Order: sequence, then C-alpha cells, then structure tokens
Amino acid sequence: MRRREFLAATSAAAALAACGSKAAPPLPPGTFSGANDVLGHRLRKPDFPAPTETRRVTVAIVGGGIGGLSAAWKLARAGCDDFLLLEMDSEAGGNSRAGRNEVSAHPLGAHYLPLPPREARATRQLLAELGVLQGDPDAAHPAYDEKYLCHAPQERLYTNGYWQDGLWPTLGVPSAERAQYVRFQEHVAELRRRRDPAGRRAFALPLALSSRDPKLLALDRITMRDWLLGAGYTAPGLFWLVDYACRDDYGTAAAQTSAWAGLHYFACRDGEGQVLTAPEGNAWLARGLARAAAGRVQPNALAFRIEQGRKENVCDVYLAAENRSIRVVCRELVWAAPLFLIPHVFVAPRPRWLAAIRSAEYAPWVVANLTLSAAPQTRAGQPLAWDNVLHDSAALGYVVATHQQLRYAPGPTVITWYRALHEETAGRQHQLLRDRDAWAAEVLADLARPHPEIRELATRIDIHRHAHAMIRPLPGRLWGGTRRDFERGGAGIQFAHADVSGLSLFEEANYRGVLAAERTLTRLGVSFASSL
Amino acid sequence: MQRPLLVSVFIVASCGLAYELIAGALASYLLGDSVMQFSTVIGVYLFAMGIGSWLSKHVVGNLLVRFIQIELLVGLLGGLSAGLLFLLFTLHAGPFRFALYGLVLLIGILVGLEIPLIMRILKREVAFKDLVAQVLTFDYIGALAVSVLFPLLLAPHLGLVRSALLFGLLNALVAAWALWLFRAQIGTMAVLRAQCGAVIALLATGFGFAGQFVSLAEANLYNEDIVHAESSAYQRIVVTRWRDETRLYLNHNLQFSSRDEYRYHEALVHPGLAASPGARRVLVLGGGDGMAVREILKYPQVESITLIDLDPRMTELFAQSPLLRELNGGALGSAKLTIVNADALQWLEQTPQMFDFVVADFPDPSNHSLGKLYSTAFYRLLKQHVAETGRIVVQATSPLYARESFWTVVATLEAVGWQTAPYHALVPSFGEWGFILAGRREYKPPATIPVPTRFITPDALPALFHFPIDMARIAAEPNRLDNQNLVRVFEREWGRVQAP
Repeated sequence: MRRREFLAATSAAAALAACGSKAAPPLPPGTFSGANDVLGHRLRKPDFPAPTETRRVTVAIVGGGIGGLSAAWKLARAGCDDFLLLEMDSEAGGNSRAGRNEVSAHPLGAHYLPLPPREARATRQLLAELGVLQGDPDAAHPAYDEKYLCHAPQERLYTNGYWQDGLWPTLGVPSAERAQYVRFQEHVAELRRRRDPAGRRAFALPLALSSRDPKLLALDRITMRDWLLGAGYTAPGLFWLVDYACRDDYGTAAAQTSAWAGLHYFACRDGEGQVLTAPEGNAWLARGLARAAAGRVQPNALAFRIEQGRKENVCDVYLAAENRSIRVVCRELVWAAPLFLIPHVFVAPRPRWLAAIRSAEYAPWVVANLTLSAAPQTRAGQPLAWDNVLHDSAALGYVVATHQQLRYAPGPTVITWYRALHEETAGRQHQLLRDRDAWAAEVLADLARPHPEIRELATRIDIHRHAHAMIRPLPGRLWGGTRRDFERGGAGIQFAHADVSGLSLFEEANYRGVLAAERTLTRLGVSFASSL
Repeated sequence: MQRPLLVSVFIVASCGLAYELIAGALASYLLGDSVMQFSTVIGVYLFAMGIGSWLSKHVVGNLLVRFIQIELLVGLLGGLSAGLLFLLFTLHAGPFRFALYGLVLLIGILVGLEIPLIMRILKREVAFKDLVAQVLTFDYIGALAVSVLFPLLLAPHLGLVRSALLFGLLNALVAAWALWLFRAQIGTMAVLRAQCGAVIALLATGFGFAGQFVSLAEANLYNEDIVHAESSAYQRIVVTRWRDETRLYLNHNLQFSSRDEYRYHEALVHPGLAASPGARRVLVLGGGDGMAVREILKYPQVESITLIDLDPRMTELFAQSPLLRELNGGALGSAKLTIVNADALQWLEQTPQMFDFVVADFPDPSNHSLGKLYSTAFYRLLKQHVAETGRIVVQATSPLYARESFWTVVATLEAVGWQTAPYHALVPSFGEWGFILAGRREYKPPATIPVPTRFITPDALPALFHFPIDMARIAAEPNRLDNQNLVRVFEREWGRVQAP
C-alpha cells in the first residue's frame, strides 16, 4: 500500500466520520462602508465648483466628530447660537457613529466610555446633563444609571480553548508570572495616586492637566515595551495584556507606543474598570452633544479652502448633496477635523504646523458587525460577556450589542468585531484595500476558533473601515513639542480635535472641543461658567 | 488481498479504540470521577486485548471466515454497548459496574483477536518484517484518527449511543466487504451472509431510532411515568405522574409536585392579596402553570389578571391538558385572564398598564440572564407599574439553603425604595422556601384570609414572618446589573447544598 492509497483511505474514514456536517455555506450578505473617503480624497486634487452663495456666521466649526460636537455643545450652553458646524459625512458623530438594523443598534467605532475621572469635568457635566451621572458631578465616585453601566459579566478571555473570566491571562500561568501581574498593578496604582507639588496627577485625563515632572515626561521618549523590560517585567501574559491595551486604545502595538501613553491608560482613571456602554456604542454620547447643535449642523459639507484673514476667516465649503459650493465667512473658526487635512485645506498654513503634521501617523481600523440568528455558544468556561477577547488573535475580539438590553430570553443579536491595523499606517494600507468578502472571511475565520458554528449563525456581516481612525501616540508625539502650536491656537482659530492631545479618546476630544469653545467665547466677549 | 486487509486494519483499530473511549466517557458521565473511569476502562480493555491475542492461537480453520465472524460479533457488541449500558443504568437493573467491565472485557477480547488473525492471514503473502510494520502502522494510525475525531466530532454531534452504533456498523461493513472480496476463497456461505445482513440491519435500525431510545431511557431516569415531554424554544418541559402525584420539571428541575404545590402557591399569593382588599388589577410574571392564577381567582374583587410567561408551550399545555387543568382548576381559561407570551422585562418596558398586586414567580437566579429579573433595574422598572397602594410578592429561593441569596433579594428591593416583609413556608418538595412582600407602605398581615385555603390561615401567619436564627437576616449587597452579585452568591450557596 503506497502513500496515496493510505491518504485516500484515511480521508475516506475522516469523511465518513464527519458525515452530517455540511459544506461551508456561502458568505452572508453585508455592506462595505467607511468614512466618506471618495469625497475626502478629492481634497488631494481639489476640483470643487466656485462658491455661489455667502453665509455669515459668528463661529464656524469644521468637523462633526466628538471634538466639533463638544465645541458646539459648549457654545450653545453659553448662549452663543450663531454657529455652523460643517460635517463631511451624512451624519455627525465621527468615530462614535452607529448602525441599526431590525435586531439591534450597533457601534461602527467607539463603543464605551470608562467612568471618567474627576479631572474630566466637561465629560462628567455632559453625563449629568444626560441624566446618566446622578448627583454631584464633581464627587469622587458619583452614581451612574444602571442602564448604561456595563452589565455583568463584563469581559472574558479565550485562551487554550477555554473562556476565562477577566482579561489577565491566568489559565496555566505559573504563580511567579502572576506575581508580576500583581507587581505591575501595584506599580500603576502608585502612579495613579501620585500627585506633584502643584497637586496635579502623574497621568491625568485630559492629559493637559498632567504633571510636567520631567522624569515623567521622559517616559514619552521610550516605548511601552522597553519600559516594561527596563522595569524588570518578563511575564508573557503581562506583555500580552499591555500590548492588547495599546492596540485597543491607541491602534499601536506596545513596541510602538510611547511609554507615557501606555502608562496613562492604566493610571489616569479611578473607575476600577467600570465602563458606560449602550447597544449603539458611544453614539448616544454624540447624540447627546448634538442636541445642543440642532439645526446648525450642515451634513455632507466638505470645507476645501480656508483663508485666515485679520478680522475674519473665509471658508469655502462643497455641499456634496447639492453639488455646489458656498462661502462661509466667520469671525472665529474652530478646526475640529483631523489635523492631517490642514495642508490640503488651509491657504497659508504655518510651516511649524506642517512639520508637526508630517510626523503624525494614523492607525487604520476595521470594524465588522455580525448579525447572528442566536448568541454564539460557549463550549467551555465563562458565559458570554459584553467584551469577548481572543488571546491568540491579531484582532481585538468582539462586543455584544444586545448585552445591555433588559431582556432575559435568548434571541438574535449583533456582535461587533474590532481589528486595529497596528502593523499598517494610513497611506500604506494594503489590508484596508481588501474587499468586503475578504474581510468577512477573515472575521469568520477568527471567530470560528471559539465558535465553530459562527458561519451558520451569521445572517449579515457589515464591514466598516476607518482609514485614519486614531492618531498614534508614538514615542515623542505627546511631549516632544509637536502639539504645542495646535494647543495654543491662534487669532481667530482654535483646534478642537483629539489629535491636538495626541490620544484618540472621547474625554480628550470632549476637552479639546470645550476648550476651543471657551477660548472662542472669551474672544467674543461672551460670559460663561467654565466646564473645565 | 493485502491492501483491503490493511484498510480493514485501519477501520478495525479505529472501532476498537472508539468502544474503549465510549465506555470510558459513558462511565464518567454516569458515575462521575472521569480519571478513575477512564483509567479502569482502558486498563481492563488493554488487558482483555491481551487475552484475545493469547486466545488467537486457538483459532483454527478458515481464518477468513473466523475473521468475518469476529468482526460481526465486535460490531454487534460494540455497537450496542453504549445503548445497553445506558438502559441498564437508568433501569437500575443489575450491577452496572459489573456489566460495564464485563462488556469492556468481552469487546476487548474480540478486538484482541482481530490483529493476530489478520497477521496470520497476511503472512502467506508478505515478509514478516513488512507485515509487522504495516499492520501495526495502520493499527496505531486508526487509533489516532478516532482519538481526535471522538471528542471533536462524534461525542458532541452524534452522542455516545449513536457513535457506538456507527462504529458497530463500520465493523459489520468490514465483515461484509471481506465476505464479498474473498468470495473465491470462502465460497457461498449463506449462513454467514445472513448473519452479516442481520447485524447490519439491526445496527442501522438502532442508529435510526437512537433518539427515541434516549427518551425511553430518560423516562427511567425520572423514575416516574412521563405523561408529557417536549422541547420548546426555551426549555425542556417534562410532566410526570406516579400514582396520584403529578410533577412538572423544566430543564430537569422540579417546579412543583401536586402533593404540596398548594403550600407554595397559597404562601405565594394569600399573605399579600388578602391584605390588599382594593386589588382589582393583578399581574403574574412567570408561573405559566396557572397555579398562582388559580389562587388569585378566589378573590372576587379581582377584575383582571395578566399573566406574562415567555414560553407559549407552557401556557398552552396548562390550558389544554385535562390532567393539568384539573390541577390549576382551569384557571388559564378564565375570562378575567389575559395571557401574554413575552419576555417580562421587554413587556414591562413598553406597557403603560398599572397593577395593584404583582406576583414575580421567576426561576431561581442561577445565571446572568435570570439574575436580571432580581436586579435593582428590574424592580425599579416594575415599580413604575405598581399603583401607589399596590404591593408585589417575589419568590426568592430558600432562606435556609441560600440564606445570603434570599437576603440579597431583600436588600435589592429595599435599594429601590420598597418596604419589605420577608417570610417563609415549608414546601416538602423544595424544603424551607422564601418569599418577599414589597410595597411603598409598611405591610400589616391581614386579620382574615377571606377565601378557602388548605395551608395559609390567619393564625399561622405570624410564624411565617418570624425567621429562626439559622435563617435570620444577614448583611447583603443589592443585586445591581453591573455586578450581579446575586448570581455568584446563589451559585456558591446551592453548589454547597448539592455537593456530596
């Protein structure tokens, strides 16, 4: 008997044993969407019609992500209603937008907000306004609406074929390595408590309120991985968790991330890991902010030319839905779009801005929403949680949109799968150029390891791409001086994007938006109570 | 002739290992202690194979015919092994371990005969060193194939009974194949052919009816006559009857016994409803068996009852089955009753209706889904649907076996601003059971129970509200959705009760 016959015999036996399991069905249908990149990329070769109309407003806000919406929210709260918010997409919200189908609303990007620390005053004020934070917004540990606090069980990790509780890998990990987990947690707890002589936290959120102790700022010059190695850490599980945290929050591996940013993730909050979430991710927060801007948001509007004048700014805007352009003349301009667009839009950007922008990198993201006829099964270990992470995966796992629903019956659900393309950069995105089917197949292959039945359960797979999802906190990006000009703003112009902070976080975007609005209000001579 | 026999070595080896794994898995499943079961089953099996090998020297005559006969016997015994053992266990017929090891010994001996026989058949054609190498290679590869397939595909998808039958069929098919291939050497052996056909037919039929067989065995597991069994979209519903006692099991958990369910349902309804003479609109959450509704219907002032039960099969069954209607007095056919088959949480979120009295009779908080029905969020939602003077009653597991769980539910009700009145009653089928009345105002036990009862009387009430020290209140945190501490506490407490 030769090898071929032997193979035939074994495969026949295997086929016989596997009889009953069907061949893989075709890929479920779904959409392939993303930020309006066709419109956005027209900025590279502007061919927009000349403006046919001039509108005058006191304040123009360019960009309707969390930064722009926060600026609008603060302006409206201070009674300054003469503003116009220009949003390139059909809907404001930026990374915090949501999709919706017959089963559930589901996030297209950002999907949770950790309980904000006391320093994030504007964010806490917003939550109080939305009724989610109950009582005094400045309390050390305010109460939150149970509906938005992530329900138990919050997270689990799939490792070695088993779903374990929490994200720290513990299954089969020797006690010496688990002792390093404890040492690391004590280490960051100390950093969390540390205050400088001026009373500032070592790592504050918003980061602008952090201590300027040079020893701490020096952490921005090394990578998080090098910091761990330098501090004597060796446990693979710890490196995995830190790397996961960096990929999840910053779209960068620990070996690329500034150690200051990496430690900031662990040391800036006091909420013990509790988060606020909703089926639609963070879209409820964007909607809450947008209520204040009602009627003053212009969707499908691309600012393609901005000329700063001595007394006023001229902003030419292409209205994609009407295929015509308008000229918006404003006294004050709030730039709340990603910074990398500035060279394409400003007539005379400052050279220092350009230098800073050239060194910036953005992380692309792919988000897949899978509509499932039933919740995925757990073969071994902890039951389905809100956040379900796979240990041996380049992706970040999935969250369950129906987790926060008040219901106990099993039923169809939507799960949202995340992948930060930490190994690629915008502009060099080979994977981002793949088509929907290639992504859908990758998502299914990734999830089939813990859930072999996933292909049979999935009735839709909608892929959403973010080419420039997050600015990357690479070493030197946070405290190397590149952010300074944008932080300061200038005559008639303020910058209100999370890019100004260098960390793509809701609280940072919110802070930058509110700060830009407050500076604008001061310049306009409008009195207001500060939210910062 | 050589190749087909090597293929049979592969199949025969696969089957041999499969019976060993099936016996080990079945023993672990039924007897527990899987290390012990696998270890002893494998030991006995290997030893038996040794006996078989030794016995093989006594096998003489036409070796091909003997091989075919042995294959048929292995197929028959191995194929039926799991089913026979399962049936034996559930019937409590005879010493199960004796049968288990006896069967393992028998199959092991037969399997032990196979390989030596094949080697003797082949030795006429192949040099000894090649023979040993080839036969043993396929023997071990077959074992590997099954040891991988068994836990991944066979046990989860086919189950043990069907897996055994499948391998039995494979053995029998090898026999049939050999019979056809070597027809020249063997000649027409009508008897052998008939045996072959009979074994294959028997095993194939068994494979087709394995499902019914398992339910037959299940009937014995309950030790009572099953009068109704079905799997609805939500749960396994089994109704049993033994002499004059009827029982309901949901997912194999006892829900009531007709012997003492009146104690449970009277305790659930009367302390609260007898104290609410103004109650006109009543809501029952859970309780699709209609027993609570039967008690509520005794109060003439109640104008409408709304029953929310997730599972339409439950309410249909208890509205239609004559036996079950006798138990709930036809309550589910009452003109005052509206049945809604919905998720209680979702229904409460969208209904504008208000109620004077609410009965929350949910399953115990044994998982995170059920835990939601005992959370501050749920009680806050429910409160929006309870009239100012209204009251709710909650079944809250056993204050004796799950003391902290019970007082956690009390703390949860108090955390949303209710005043609570916890009480308990003895229901022999369940043990000491706990209930909690909650309302915006303080509860005062009624002076009279104005309806006919068998258990709850006014003079018995004070004792129900008194908690002896082994069930007395202990400190407990409210059950919030973001921590669901009740589920953890409940699991710990009942785990302790059920541990041997």
